[in-house]
Amino acid sequence: MILSVDKVKFSYKSRPVLREINFKVNRGELFSILGNNGAGKSTLLKCLNKILKPQGGTILIEKEELLALSRREVARRLGYVAQRYESARITVFDAVLLGRKPHIKWDVGVRDLEVVRNVLEVLGLEEFSLRYLDELSGGELQKVVIARALAQEPRVLLLDEPTSNLDLKNQFEVLRIVKKAASERNIAVVVVMHDLNLVLRFADKFLLLKNGTIFACGGMEIMTPENIAAVYEVRVAVERLADTPVVVPL
Amino acid sequence: MRQVAMEKIPESYLKYTQRKVFIICLLLFLIFLLGVYAINVGAAELSPLQVLLTLLGKTEEGPFTIIIWNIRLPRVLAAITAGVGLSVAGCVMQNLLRNPLASPFTLGISQGAAFGAAVAIIALGAGSTHSTSADAVIINNPYLLTICAFAGAMATTLVVLFLAQIKGVTPEAMVLAGVALGSLFSAATIILQYFAREVQVAAVVFWTFGDIGRASWRDLGIMATTVGAALLYFMANRWNYNALDAGEETAKGLGVEVEKIRLVGMFVSSLITAVAVSFLGIIGFIGLVGPHMMRRVLGNDHRFLIPASSVMGGLLLLASDTLARTIISPVVLPVGAITSFMGAPLFLYLLSRGYSRK
Repeated sequence: MILSVDKVKFSYKSRPVLREINFKVNRGELFSILGNNGAGKSTLLKCLNKILKPQGGTILIEKEELLALSRREVARRLGYVAQRYESARITVFDAVLLGRKPHIKWDVGVRDLEVVRNVLEVLGLEEFSLRYLDELSGGELQKVVIARALAQEPRVLLLDEPTSNLDLKNQFEVLRIVKKAASERNIAVVVVMHDLNLVLRFADKFLLLKNGTIFACGGMEIMTPENIAAVYEVRVAVERLADTPVVVPL
Repeated sequence: MRQVAMEKIPESYLKYTQRKVFIICLLLFLIFLLGVYAINVGAAELSPLQVLLTLLGKTEEGPFTIIIWNIRLPRVLAAITAGVGLSVAGCVMQNLLRNPLASPFTLGISQGAAFGAAVAIIALGAGSTHSTSADAVIINNPYLLTICAFAGAMATTLVVLFLAQIKGVTPEAMVLAGVALGSLFSAATIILQYFAREVQVAAVVFWTFGDIGRASWRDLGIMATTVGAALLYFMANRWNYNALDAGEETAKGLGVEVEKIRLVGMFVSSLITAVAVSFLGIIGFIGLVGPHMMRRVLGNDHRFLIPASSVMGGLLLLASDTLARTIISPVVLPVGAITSFMGAPLFLYLLSRGYSRK
């Protein structure tokens, strides 16, 4: 177990968004958070990274209390890819080098450059390294921000809708990379996603969030038509097609 | 070991960073050349060689050494220092407020300083003129004037920061708040002038022109210390500014204390502006032109952008001041007018390109 969330509560002003959230994530796991818009998925992800401060509960990362760590210490342990990001006029190499920020004291070291080179290679971005971010396609850009988070050498990677703007090919490519990173680096990946078919194909664990509370949490066994229908308020069937689980709205 | 590791780094990337360092060095060299030229030109005939020898202390005492050490050199150094300060302040403000039009001038800080100066001259009797020609302006009490101008600049800053921190005005909207504050202070200055004697009005107008020649060695010392310390602070935070460019949430995810960095950064850049403006008067557009020229050439990486913008600002103000002194010599034009002449077209160019942060 690498991440343990216990009784986490969060409210914007007086409106509660999350109530009593408990779950655990293991190493090497791709853990997905699911639910309708406004269910509190992104809020939960931001709480896990201390961008938002929960009003109650504890979050343990490798037995350390997350809320007691400084922002820099948090950044050394967790990588976060936001739903929205901006593409300034910097090169791909520099954008990924930024991921070393939590580790850099005054200037970049040889190791930092090496980590960046390595991550670029893993994501197949080497040939882009001197291209400017604003010249990249959506898929390439998404890979760059994931590369940046991986360059942080995090123990937990948090992704907020990493595939929402991508075409089919890039959706698969990005999720394959993420899944490979999870198993090879033995880190946990927590991902917020909307596409149930992609989730069923790639995720190991599922957390169904409804109105700020956990509706169900577990493996493939909780992804029943009944649960999904209750959370998304749409009747569905879960079938297997060519040996792959698929969700079909009815 | 180190050698082996370095070999794995793409050579093209190292070349790419070296090119940026080279451009900065080139600008530094240009500043040096222009500096020697600026000391050289003027009413008293000097030769570049004389200038260099005098600066190295290799000539005998004489009228030349006095002109160089007491008039020309402080002026040149003041132009460089103020240019560096105003430009780097603009560069950091644009990043912190996420707005390409942020600068000491557009945030109303300069207008606040002008109002302070007007109060000092009109209400507190710090200056007057003997005739209508600008040369005859007498500032009776330069310390009072400087302190009042500084207070005006800092007051504007505090209001802008107050709006951002307490009232939760978004960084993007802070520039709009600055524009509003700027016109408020301009209006207040006009009302003050309306009730003033004409010699006082002339003194205020003269002060707001901006004039590098006002700086004494002591003023220069204060400016250089402030700008130097600020530069160190900015360079120490260059990675934080790069992270902010990637978006606020991403920056937080990378361990940046966004609110703190923004508050302190705005305070420091306002402080530089206040010091420069209160000693030299209003010099607009350097904080806009310097950083934007370098953004085009070097991109937005603050590791290089901060030093490059600084050097560019110094170069621009030195060039403007030299132009102001020589264009219709022996008349010295107000340097603020020259910088605005260059800056305004660039401002229009930026507007025509839209608000994209490219």
